[in-house]
Amino acid sequence: MNQRVGDSAGIKFSRVEKKFGRLYALRRLDLEVSPGECVALTGRNGSGKTTLLRIATRLTRPTRGEVTFPGAPPGTMPAVGYVSHALMLYEELTALENLLLFARLLQVSHPSERAAQLLEAANLASRADSLVRTFSRGMKQRLAIARALVQEPSILLLDEPGTGLDTESAARLVSTVRQLRDEGRTIVMSVHGESELSSLATRAARLDAGALIADTRLGATFQAVFAAGDIS
Amino acid sequence: MTKTAVYTLLVCVLMGLSAYAAFYVAPTEVTMGLVQRIFYLHAPSGMTSLAAFLVSFVGSVMYLLTRKPRWDWLAVSSAEVGVAFCTVVLLTGPIWAHPAWGVWWAWDARLTSTLVLWLLYVAFLILRTMMEDDDRRAVVSAFFGVFAFLDVPLVYGSIWWWRTQHPQPVVFTSAGLDPTMRKVFYLSWLSLLCLMALLIRQRYELEASREELRMLEQELEAR
Amino acid sequence: MKLLSDTAVLLQKELRAEFRSHELLTTASIFILIVIVLFSFTFDPTTAESKQFGPGLLWLAFLFSASLMLQPSFLKEKTNDTLSALRLAVGDPFAIFLAKLCANTIFLLVTELILLLVFGVFFNIAVMPVFWKLAFVFFLGSLGVSTTGTALSAVSSQARMREVLLPILLLPLLVPVLIPSAEATRALFEPDHALRWDWLGILIAFDVVFLTALWLFGEYLLEE
Repeated sequence: MNQRVGDSAGIKFSRVEKKFGRLYALRRLDLEVSPGECVALTGRNGSGKTTLLRIATRLTRPTRGEVTFPGAPPGTMPAVGYVSHALMLYEELTALENLLLFARLLQVSHPSERAAQLLEAANLASRADSLVRTFSRGMKQRLAIARALVQEPSILLLDEPGTGLDTESAARLVSTVRQLRDEGRTIVMSVHGESELSSLATRAARLDAGALIADTRLGATFQAVFAAGDIS
Repeated sequence: MTKTAVYTLLVCVLMGLSAYAAFYVAPTEVTMGLVQRIFYLHAPSGMTSLAAFLVSFVGSVMYLLTRKPRWDWLAVSSAEVGVAFCTVVLLTGPIWAHPAWGVWWAWDARLTSTLVLWLLYVAFLILRTMMEDDDRRAVVSAFFGVFAFLDVPLVYGSIWWWRTQHPQPVVFTSAGLDPTMRKVFYLSWLSLLCLMALLIRQRYELEASREELRMLEQELEAR
Repeated sequence: MKLLSDTAVLLQKELRAEFRSHELLTTASIFILIVIVLFSFTFDPTTAESKQFGPGLLWLAFLFSASLMLQPSFLKEKTNDTLSALRLAVGDPFAIFLAKLCANTIFLLVTELILLLVFGVFFNIAVMPVFWKLAFVFFLGSLGVSTTGTALSAVSSQARMREVLLPILLLPLLVPVLIPSAEATRALFEPDHALRWDWLGILIAFDVVFLTALWLFGEYLLEE
């Protein structure tokens, strides 16, 4: 899993607007994420982070505007790995069955080998045949990320991956995300004040009431964006 | 005068005319007597409710294809009006049946099918009250609207076939309707169709004003 | 074809999860049994007429249980948002419906055939001579029930009061399944054990109409 990902794609939101009933979740938002960038999305609950990520996966259709993937071959949709807050795992299936199900649906060439490889990487090989129901939050989180990686996506969207993890699992998550970033994947993750996870980001964007209110690239300055967020 | 006022007046005149025709022009039926005159309200109401459900079906399909809210407004408006006409059928049916055949409900195929339709479209209206998000409500209820209307011929077919399998009182035969009766019948139907169009239009305007109000509220909030 | 391979993979998942826990099969069977027993107290099941209204009662029990048992079909995909994962992974969202309605048809058919034997014992009706003909009628009926029931479970899972809403939406829609299924079942208990193609025709029409409608419009139910 250490090879660099070929033909990476970015994500471009053009004047994206989403209304749920009469409520605006996103207001005419413009944001372009270049290939290989690692973006930390911050903002209060209900500021539109989840909606933004779901629009990028194409699960949610925007009311207006569009999402494109610069760098992807024209007319194709690049593989997108998505880890939602709800983890998207079947509790009544085993870890292996969960991965096999999605490997088969996504038509990965050798599903069994791929699933075993991902379980190994997530350090879950010994629990491959246990029901997901019996897993701890940290183990489920690792499996959820493994599931998102089934088809080697060049774009990875993580919705609050750090929530509900103990110190050890959180540290493991940080090293996993660092590795994924260093493999050259485009990563957009919503974070909730986890400084360690945020420090991996090459760019920080802050949402408030569905609008982009801050957008900063690179190391030292982005800490300022987080700080500003805590004040507001 | 506004367009609505003119149209309302026209519908009133038509309704008055057909009521007069039903009571004074149409001859009295030999076996059933005076009570048979309710037929001029009963049967055309049933056909009008079907027409309203057809309009609702068109609204539902068009909403799913175009996602323009006005098709959703049309679907809900005509479903409500259709339920109203269905209710008229279900109320006038027993009023006619009891003096004529001594039972309130004869499990006649048409009346029973109308009852099932009434249940289907009431379910449609209940579904709409159970959802908050406007867009999701429109999509989901449009889907159910399509299912409900596709069920109509199957309901009629199965209930018709079911009744012919069992002994039943002869309730209504359309064969050999007196020419004057037929003319009055068509006049009544025409006036009810015009009434239906008027009601749907008014109900649709209500949805449109609601949307306008929503927009204004939003603008106010944004300030 | 991607649609068929997706459906096969998903169907395998549905069956594996159910046959591991037996939750649906057990509760549905016991529910139908309870309804049959309770119904039997309201008339004399030993009389000859029981052959007349028995089949209708049986089908009513099937429909009631289906209107309750199909509820989790889409609801359980919401708890962990697995529905989103499926939508991202399948080529055509119809595969999700197709797999679920195949699985539900199998679940309904299994419980119905088990309960048929119990019914035969309770009402002293010889079901074994016409077992395969009955299975055919039950299949056509169950396919209609699970096609509409699966679709409407996707509808009700998005609304409030969903437990009550699904029966309200589903049961009136199933009138054209109830009447032909009950009548065709009744005809099989007559001395000549005839398959009534007039009734089966209505059932087949119902199945075809609603499968087509689901294929055309089903994907709209899953979007956000």
